[in-house]
Amino acid sequence: MRYIENFKKYLPLLQELVSRDLKTKYRRSALGFLWTVLNPLGMMLVLTVVFSTVFQQSIDNFPVYLMCGQLIFNFYNESSSMAMNSIVDNAALIKKVYLPKYLFPMSRVCSALVNVLTSFIALLIVILITQTPITWTIFLVVFPIFYTLLFSLGAGMILSVMTVSFRDIKHLYGVITTAWMYLTPIFYPMSMLPAKLASIVQKNPLTIFVDMMRMVVLYNKVPPVIMHAKCWLVCGVVVVIGFVMFKKKQDTFILKL
Amino acid sequence: MSENVIEVNDVSMEFRLYKEKVDSLKEYAIKRLKHELEYDNFWALKNVSFEVKKGEAVGLVGRNGSGKSTMLKVIAGVLKPTLGSVRIAGSIAPMIELGAGFDFDLTARENIFLNGAILGYPREMLEENVENIIKFAELEKFIDVPVKNFSSGMVTRLGFSIATVYQPDILIVDEILSVGDFKFQNKCEERIQEMLEKGTTLLLVSHSTEQVRRVCDKAVLLYNGNMLLNGNVDEVCNLYTTL
Ligand SMILES: Nc1ncnc2c1ncn2[C@@H]1O[C@H](COP(=O)(O)OP(=O)(O)OP(=O)(O)O)[C@@H](O)[C@H]1O
Ligand SMILES: [Mg+2]
Repeated sequence: MRYIENFKKYLPLLQELVSRDLKTKYRRSALGFLWTVLNPLGMMLVLTVVFSTVFQQSIDNFPVYLMCGQLIFNFYNESSSMAMNSIVDNAALIKKVYLPKYLFPMSRVCSALVNVLTSFIALLIVILITQTPITWTIFLVVFPIFYTLLFSLGAGMILSVMTVSFRDIKHLYGVITTAWMYLTPIFYPMSMLPAKLASIVQKNPLTIFVDMMRMVVLYNKVPPVIMHAKCWLVCGVVVVIGFVMFKKKQDTFILKL
Repeated sequence: MSENVIEVNDVSMEFRLYKEKVDSLKEYAIKRLKHELEYDNFWALKNVSFEVKKGEAVGLVGRNGSGKSTMLKVIAGVLKPTLGSVRIAGSIAPMIELGAGFDFDLTARENIFLNGAILGYPREMLEENVENIIKFAELEKFIDVPVKNFSSGMVTRLGFSIATVYQPDILIVDEILSVGDFKFQNKCEERIQEMLEKGTTLLLVSHSTEQVRRVCDKAVLLYNGNMLLNGNVDEVCNLYTTL
């Protein structure tokens, strides 16, 4: 109860932190909001030109296939990396005012969520242009996005705790996410992988989220319960580890910043 | 009127001063293997205990590095004491550094909402008081100017104005009154006096014994993290000036 009360008190701060992130992000470039829609479109175009010839036979509607994967992966990548730096970036504040510190990673993940909306607009544009048939199942995108959000929050909290002690985690994580991207079926079909590699890619939590995203957007299917159960399990474990680690270490942040 | 709003029970604060700052995984691994992770223990506060009753104005004095800011941070909940505990009854407005949490790319108006939210003030209250805050800080012409174009005094004014728009139960002030110009300092002191009259409890750190004598009725003297004296403001200030 006390936690909920405290969270309520600081809800306006969460909003302020998110709106600050967005303001500073969009104010800097003249194209602003438009740019964040154009960016995934441009990436998609480049990758489509490069890869569609390679995977032509095995994937139909490559542009939408690709963008579904990209949307989820970029969301995870952006939110977890931003959350990772959130504590270090807000050092000045943490040293001077008492605040529930989980607000910092949380606000970063929420800002990334707002950016996902713009990527989703880009996806809709591509769906229109390619005349991909969609059904009501597209509304179910909230599920894969929500699971990715939870997973990013947990991972972001773990990373932010580690980054306070070891600043080079930042660079290490950049390398890890690059490898992680290749181990996520974003621009290739699972069927193309040799068995050994496929078993690794299957174990990648982001693969489930990406699969679910494609299921509802591209294949007009309702994700089965077992899939949701898997997502909850993965997210639950990561979020719990994240919160426990964070809670245990948060009082020492100030001594290391 | 005799209830304690701040109780500091036997608080000690330890900092570890590493010989070299190790903040990368690589260095840590190397140092760990070589057993070179050495540090000195440093107690910034040693068994400090005192109480503040509701409505009192207490000064905290001591030389540079004696632990005053550390004490305030422990009371404000920013630092968790290594030993001992602090009990607080009521809301705190910490003015340890004004404008902490200002985003210098945002305008004064946007910062009012950001900073207000950091202090835990409700948004509606801030909306109602934007004009008052700007007026008190005398920044009417600058309300939509990014804070990065402000002078440091202007930043302080805005910070003070935001922090004191709301009447907290406990006001914690760390040497901030020395930044503004003479006239603004007087205005701040007046506002603090007003709050005291309305029942706010004040904890003030200042190097000006004059100011401490003027504003406070009791004082605490810290010396190298130890509490030397806790009592009447004149006694404490007299001892402090002979240190
Ligand atoms: N985060 C920290 N890590 C290590 N040592 C610290 C830290 N913060 C403060 N100290 C040490 O604690 C001691 C007390 O510092 P503090 O800031 O409380 O002094 P002060 O009384 O406020 O001094 P001043 O009058 O200069 O403001 C200092 O010796 C300082 O080096
Ligand atoms: Mg100080």
